[in-house]
Amino acid sequence: MPRQLAQLGQTGLNSLGKLGRSLLVLIAITGGVPALLFRPKLIIRQLYIVGVLSVVIITVSGIFVGMVLGLQGFYVLSQFGAAESLGMMVAASLVRELGPVVTALLFAGRAGSALTAEIGLMRATEQFAGLEMMAVDPVRRVLSSRFVAGLMSMPILAAIFSAVGVLGGYLVGVALLGVDDGAFWSQMQAGIDLQRDLVNGLIKSLVFGFVCTWIALFEGHDAIPTSEGVSRATTRTVVHSALAVLGLDFVLTALMFRN
Amino acid sequence: MIKQHKLWQSKSEVKAQITDRLAAILPGEILVNIKDLCFKRGSRVIFDKANLVIRRGQVTAIMGPSGTGKTTLLKLIGGQLQPDSGSIEVAGFNVHQLSHSNLYFLRTRMGMLFQSGALLTDLNVFENVAYPLREHTKLPESMIRKLVLIKLEAVGLRGAKDLQPSELSGGMARRVAMARAMALDPTLILYDEPFTGQDPISMGVLMQMIRKLNDASRLTSLVVSHDVQETAAIADQIYLIYGGKVMGQGNPKQLLDSDSPWIRQFMDGLPDGPVKFHYPAPDLQQDLFTHA
Ligand SMILES: Nc1ncnc2c1ncn2[C@@H]1O[C@H](COP(=O)(O)OP(=O)(O)OP(=O)(O)O)[C@@H](O)[C@H]1O
Ligand SMILES: [Mg+2]
Repeated sequence: MPRQLAQLGQTGLNSLGKLGRSLLVLIAITGGVPALLFRPKLIIRQLYIVGVLSVVIITVSGIFVGMVLGLQGFYVLSQFGAAESLGMMVAASLVRELGPVVTALLFAGRAGSALTAEIGLMRATEQFAGLEMMAVDPVRRVLSSRFVAGLMSMPILAAIFSAVGVLGGYLVGVALLGVDDGAFWSQMQAGIDLQRDLVNGLIKSLVFGFVCTWIALFEGHDAIPTSEGVSRATTRTVVHSALAVLGLDFVLTALMFRN
Repeated sequence: MIKQHKLWQSKSEVKAQITDRLAAILPGEILVNIKDLCFKRGSRVIFDKANLVIRRGQVTAIMGPSGTGKTTLLKLIGGQLQPDSGSIEVAGFNVHQLSHSNLYFLRTRMGMLFQSGALLTDLNVFENVAYPLREHTKLPESMIRKLVLIKLEAVGLRGAKDLQPSELSGGMARRVAMARAMALDPTLILYDEPFTGQDPISMGVLMQMIRKLNDASRLTSLVVSHDVQETAAIADQIYLIYGGKVMGQGNPKQLLDSDSPWIRQFMDGLPDGPVKFHYPAPDLQQDLFTHA
């Protein structure tokens, strides 16, 4: 029993230590952001790697999620004779929830894991030490640009996801199941509110982008610099990001959609 | 506001002092002074009151068995590791008491060749060598190109400028890293095993290069190496370290003629003698025949 207690205490201490380290890394990362304004090339390169290369998976997933929403929504709504509201239902679920959340989950799997692995391997191959000895701060130089790129990419990716998802819903609902074309769009237009739906969705994706990129960069930076350490860190990135996104989504939704 | 201004001023004052002091040290005077250095990794003692000096304009060699802490010493000098006690001064400044930005400033005057090369894998050979120039100077592109090609020519890899680090052999990567370490024409260059993985021809060229570079541009070089003959041929001063202490020092001739059994064993590469080949371990018999 005392041993288990000691272990519990140790685990608690380790987690606290990790939290502290991640905050320090975050502070260091933000410290490097102002300097990036003078070197937009660094950000553009990372935007390409983190954002543009994620567009395909986001688009494909968006279409399928939208199509499934169209199918399921149609079956439920037509039971109540409200199939015309399909457009509004698809768009609301995408913009409010599925867009930001699924994009963040995909982002963590596609871009977050890659960031962790890249940074972990850079440390394992002494590239960080090399930068330090060249008088270049590796946190500011390597992590900050990736952080900004992640933060900027996520809302755009989520927007793409939602837009494509609406098209997927349209495809299934209107083209396949015969919902009225005009009703589909007009109900959507009437039902979606700029502040309540779009802005809140944007805030969510910004928060998720912040958290996912932070986790990915920190895990890479904190990884034990060996192949095993990096592989574990990559797994942790995906797991922790997913948990953080789902948990935060609940909190944010509760805060945003109180009546 | 005023206070901030002062802070900023005193910071840049230290930088100016570093520049002045580096320029004022004459050949033969002490550039790096390591006093009573103690350093531990966990419970393993790596340095135990080691004392070394590195003089301006000389090629100083650090030799010692694998795992004694030669790489660790270079990292301590570069300020990447903190000593447990003792001090390391470069040009009179205690490396470990400098502020972050002053330490980084001092590092622009140091070049380091890592044992593994440590090239940036997302840049090609040319960009790797150009990297410190782009980060720390505002030279025009044409000038950078010339400087990089000159450095690459010196290590015989001008033709490889468009290759990616993954396309280089170990020896080539190390030569690129050497060109990168020289890129800013530093005052002090630290070479971690520059000869490992080099064929006899490039080894000869690199030896000549280290020596010539050192003499031609008022450089100071610190070479970590296992190759006794090669190192003896170019070094002005050799330190032998073992067990956390400096076990022998002097110019190559003094060491080669020394009759200390320890120095003899190392310089002649003998298996038996005071130096143990093995990492500390329990008795082999006992280890093999007892069940864990
Ligand atoms: N990151 C680390 N954590 C713990 N111990 C380490 C670490 N790096 C090195 N050591 C230990 O420090 C000692 C000195 O290592 P170092 O790399 O300085 O040796 P070295 O003299 O450069 O050896 P070699 O000639 O093989 O390169 C070794 O015994 C090693 O076990
Ligand atoms: Mg070494």
